[in-house]
Amino acid sequence: MTEAVAGAQGRRAAGWTLPVMGALAAAAGLAFLASLLVGPSGIGIHLDSDAGRLILVEIRLPRAILGALIGGALGLSGAVLQGYLRNPLAEPGLLGISGGGALGAVIAIHSGAAGAFVLALPAGGLLGAALAAMAVMLLAGERSGPLTLILAGVAISSLAGALTTLALNLSPNPFASVEMLFWLLGSLTDRSLTHVWLAGPLIILGGALLLTTGRALDALTLGEEAAQNLGVDLKVLRARIVAGTALAVGAATAVSGTIGFVGLVVPHLLRPLVGHEPRRLLPASGFGGAALVLAADVTLRLFAPMSEVRLGVVTALIGAPFFLWLVIKTRRELGP
Amino acid sequence: MMDCLDAREVGVRLGGRRVLNDVGLTVRPGEIVAVIGANGAGKSTLLKVLAGLITPEEGSVVLAGRPLAEHGARSLGREIAYLPQERAVHWPLTVRRLVALGRLPFREPIAGPSADDRAAVEEAMAATDIVRFAERSVMELSGGERARVLLARALAQRPRFLVADEPTTGLDPAHGLSLFAQFVRMAALQRAVIVALHDLSLAARYCHRVLLLQEGVALAYGTPRDVLTPGRIAQAYGVRATVAEIEGRPVVLPIEPLA
Repeated sequence: MTEAVAGAQGRRAAGWTLPVMGALAAAAGLAFLASLLVGPSGIGIHLDSDAGRLILVEIRLPRAILGALIGGALGLSGAVLQGYLRNPLAEPGLLGISGGGALGAVIAIHSGAAGAFVLALPAGGLLGAALAAMAVMLLAGERSGPLTLILAGVAISSLAGALTTLALNLSPNPFASVEMLFWLLGSLTDRSLTHVWLAGPLIILGGALLLTTGRALDALTLGEEAAQNLGVDLKVLRARIVAGTALAVGAATAVSGTIGFVGLVVPHLLRPLVGHEPRRLLPASGFGGAALVLAADVTLRLFAPMSEVRLGVVTALIGAPFFLWLVIKTRRELGP
Repeated sequence: MMDCLDAREVGVRLGGRRVLNDVGLTVRPGEIVAVIGANGAGKSTLLKVLAGLITPEEGSVVLAGRPLAEHGARSLGREIAYLPQERAVHWPLTVRRLVALGRLPFREPIAGPSADDRAAVEEAMAATDIVRFAERSVMELSGGERARVLLARALAQRPRFLVADEPTTGLDPAHGLSLFAQFVRMAALQRAVIVALHDLSLAARYCHRVLLLQEGVALAYGTPRDVLTPGRIAQAYGVRATVAEIEGRPVVLPIEPLA
């Protein structure tokens, strides 16, 4: 590549940041509106009838708000973890927090608590996510770096996964196992404003915490020692990342189940568009994640309104071809 | 002395092994100080201690009358720049954005770069002659170009003390010499450079003082003439060496390993 061309590309990527951010925010906004407009009762908003108002406020609005918040949380925490671990294949599930959340929710179903009390399910999820985050922090130790954190996360994640399958295996009756399985697939169906009030503040708090890590992640581009020299306290950074992910992704998992691939795909796709800077990638991935989850949920309602296809399945179906494309692209770049 | 970076009786253990033992070093403004020694002698650890990245178990490093640990991490980043040995860059940022990372210790939370920040970045890029590829991705550069970009990041901190760990490794002779020319310019501005080196001729030619480490202990400390003698080099590296002068400049030539 000639210098002039490469220079122009660099400038273009840098100059693109604002338009990219604007376009992603607009996409998320449009997807949010679409989510309010689409449902099994028909397309459009009918404020002239009680039923129409009820559908909007009690059914579609919570679903749209949760879709935006959960997608934002997944995209943002994926971008933060990729920046922190300096690995483009990192994703929120790596810390074991979503695994812990899933386990907590499955136990709530298994024990029958979820049947007795509606909020026992998300409460179990939150508890599981919080315990997983604490276990990861304890296991990783005081002075360790990102590598120990991933190892601890993978260990907790596998333990949570094993216990989740055990719960499925020992489920009291077939209905309970179907309920657990469907919950694990991830969905926004039948979530109420109560779910919004339960998860929303936690997701926003966690997201705010994650957004404060931008500069430290930029500095980590140069490695841990140079980042430390630039004023980054690595211990504080790690604590913020684990706490922020626990709040945002833990709360998201607690109300929606596991929605995969969003935290991996979105930052990966958007990174080149914001000049590869971790700090700029954070808000972009938040908007991008919100847009993707809302769009997937709207698509599901438009094309398969009555089927039992779950949101987590749709995002996985989007995510897998993305990986294939990634393999082909990497082969082309590294190939002879 | 208020303006010095002063390491006193520093001792460090890493994983149970004693890496530094009772090492002292005073770096004054305007000095270039070389830290030399065989692989594993403790050079990198000493440099990290001097930059405040490792807090020593014994002794202390004092800057402006206060131990480094009492300076905040950000305020330390405004005084001391640390250039690691590995030239790691994890994301393909443009050169200008990478150099601008050197201004992070100066930036207020949320605020954008100030006029001063921009000036420091341009100045650092001009000093290292990288302006013409300022908008290119760092990943497209050659090893020598990347080394200059990373040095520019450290210079953008406008540090009073630059701590550089083997900055000439992997550089061709021209880039190595221009790096030291940059250090000489910094010293003329009453800034100080502490540099770990394996090239003893560069140490002899450019450095005001040389600290020779062996297994974590200071074997000798003084002017290049005093430290870089065939006897000391034999003791520290286990090689027979000749110290000569060519075109009026000192040259240290290792000849063969000692039996």
